[in-house]
Amino acid sequence: MTMFSVRNLSLRFGGVQAIADLSFEVAQGEVFAIIGPNGAGKTSVLNVITRVFDPSAGSVHFEGRDITQLARHRVVNAGIARTFQNIELFEGGTVLENLLLGRHRFGHGNFFAQWLWTPGVRAAEAASQAAVEQVIELLDLAPHRKSPVAGLPYGVRKVVELARALAARPRLLLLDEPSSGLNPEETRDLAFWIDDIQNDLGVTVIMVEHDMSLVSEAADRVLCMNLGQRLALGTPAEVQSNPAVIAAYLGA
Amino acid sequence: MRFDYDTSYRDGQALLRYGSGRAAYAVLALLLLAAPWALGKYYVGEMTYLFIMCIGSLGLMVLKGYTGQVSLGHSAFLALGAYAHAWMLGKGLPFALSIPMAMGFTALIGLVIGLPAIRVSGLYLAMVTLAFAILTEHVIGHWDAVTGGFNGMSVANPVVFGFDLSGLRPFYYLCLGLLTLVLLGLVNLMRSQTGRAFRGVRDSEAAAYGLGIWVSGYKVLAFVISAGVSGLAGALLAHHVRFLTPEGFGLFLALELVLMVTIGGLGSLRGAIFGAVLIGMLPVFISRIKPMLPEQVSKQFGLEIFVFGLILVLFVLFEPKGINGRWIKLKTFFQTFPLYRKDLFKRGKTYMKSERYK
Repeated sequence: MTMFSVRNLSLRFGGVQAIADLSFEVAQGEVFAIIGPNGAGKTSVLNVITRVFDPSAGSVHFEGRDITQLARHRVVNAGIARTFQNIELFEGGTVLENLLLGRHRFGHGNFFAQWLWTPGVRAAEAASQAAVEQVIELLDLAPHRKSPVAGLPYGVRKVVELARALAARPRLLLLDEPSSGLNPEETRDLAFWIDDIQNDLGVTVIMVEHDMSLVSEAADRVLCMNLGQRLALGTPAEVQSNPAVIAAYLGA
Repeated sequence: MRFDYDTSYRDGQALLRYGSGRAAYAVLALLLLAAPWALGKYYVGEMTYLFIMCIGSLGLMVLKGYTGQVSLGHSAFLALGAYAHAWMLGKGLPFALSIPMAMGFTALIGLVIGLPAIRVSGLYLAMVTLAFAILTEHVIGHWDAVTGGFNGMSVANPVVFGFDLSGLRPFYYLCLGLLTLVLLGLVNLMRSQTGRAFRGVRDSEAAAYGLGIWVSGYKVLAFVISAGVSGLAGALLAHHVRFLTPEGFGLFLALELVLMVTIGGLGSLRGAIFGAVLIGMLPVFISRIKPMLPEQVSKQFGLEIFVFGLILVLFVLFEPKGINGRWIKLKTFFQTFPLYRKDLFKRGKTYMKSERYK
């Protein structure tokens, strides 16, 4: 069943065509990888979906709804959360505070209730903490719970960002190069976690990724892009053996 | 050494979790309540002034410390609060009504300034707010009919429900009480969703958008809260100085406020109090040590400004997290004794900081 689709999407910055007439569909519960050489427009696709950029043409549909014109801060309310290629954590806070911000969309009392710290606000905060603890448990973040994120190792920071996106309880999760900067061991952990996210939480995943071992391990289908266009689409094995894909990567 | 041992999610919510903290704050409260009877008249007045500056500093801290928006124009919000309050008192409005109305007025001005101002950030925002401060000072100076212009405007005594609180001690308690209320209110706001969203907007706008935080809305909200609290500080300052002139709310006051929040430690309400106390006491301290200095130094014009600048430079160089940062290090030293390491608070290297998303 199609849960998410991109239809005839184009994005143009002046003379640069970042995305050119791109279409694809993602099924419910799928892990969908987007690969391609540098500058292929992979991250631009994620940025159009999360409304960082306005597309020049085309539309994005999620759960039967056109989300092309949604306000940028309402995307997560529709059920889509994301991580960033270069970690975008809230550096001033602890791991717990970062994850609690992931729960922002659930609301914790109105302004005046917060001001007076009413029992209702206290209960909402405690409920959010309980919800966040589930994510902490899933991703083994317990030892770092109260550490300031600024001092954590790179690999852990990457996991905290994933955890924060999960704390928002998305139905579609967008991962922008989740394995960049991770060592092989951490990448293997990540593959297991993506599996857990897909099977236990039932979250659909779209990930932009360079590490082909992770892609073939975790992804159900792969889209290969080059120069903003669709080059190939299929299972990891099909795409890897596609002559056009090999040509794009090796320049042959 | 002490570890937090939580048995329920509410354990972490207590503001003063341990007996030692409660005892320390109880002692502080007793000292502050007893102070007007123990200190001389001059010092009671000075402490009242410190309380007012604490409120002003808290107001700016919400904006600069929590959402990272620099304002060089907060003297204008104090001025607007002071003049609005004095004008309404002059028209016969009771104190208890005039104070919230003055706060509401400055908050409204904060909204009007905030709406266009959030489109710029950093140095440009500093310029916009600076222009606003200069403009406000000029308007106040030339609108004789309402403000009395450069001749000044006298302020009626604060009379709350029939009690005249203009005396030294009653006004001290009034300011202390209002400071406590403001502080508690802001503590609550900053530890709940609003405060978290403010910090989120400050640290990464891209991630804040992605998590459903309406970035521009929260930026304007910070302006409104900050302006309202500053308006209260201004209204109290009006009673403290008893006679308002535009020069009293010049750029020097705005700079003092910026110094308070920066030296106190950005992003913490405790820092705002620390900074206000330090900067607020500095003029008294300088006038005290002046007789001890050689004549060539003590007779120099602008000694105060020089000392302000020197302190700022020293803090930026040696303790960028301000007095509050120093305080936390000291506390950690004793709490984790003997495990404290010198580089415990050194930040890990930040790799690949992206400037691409705005």
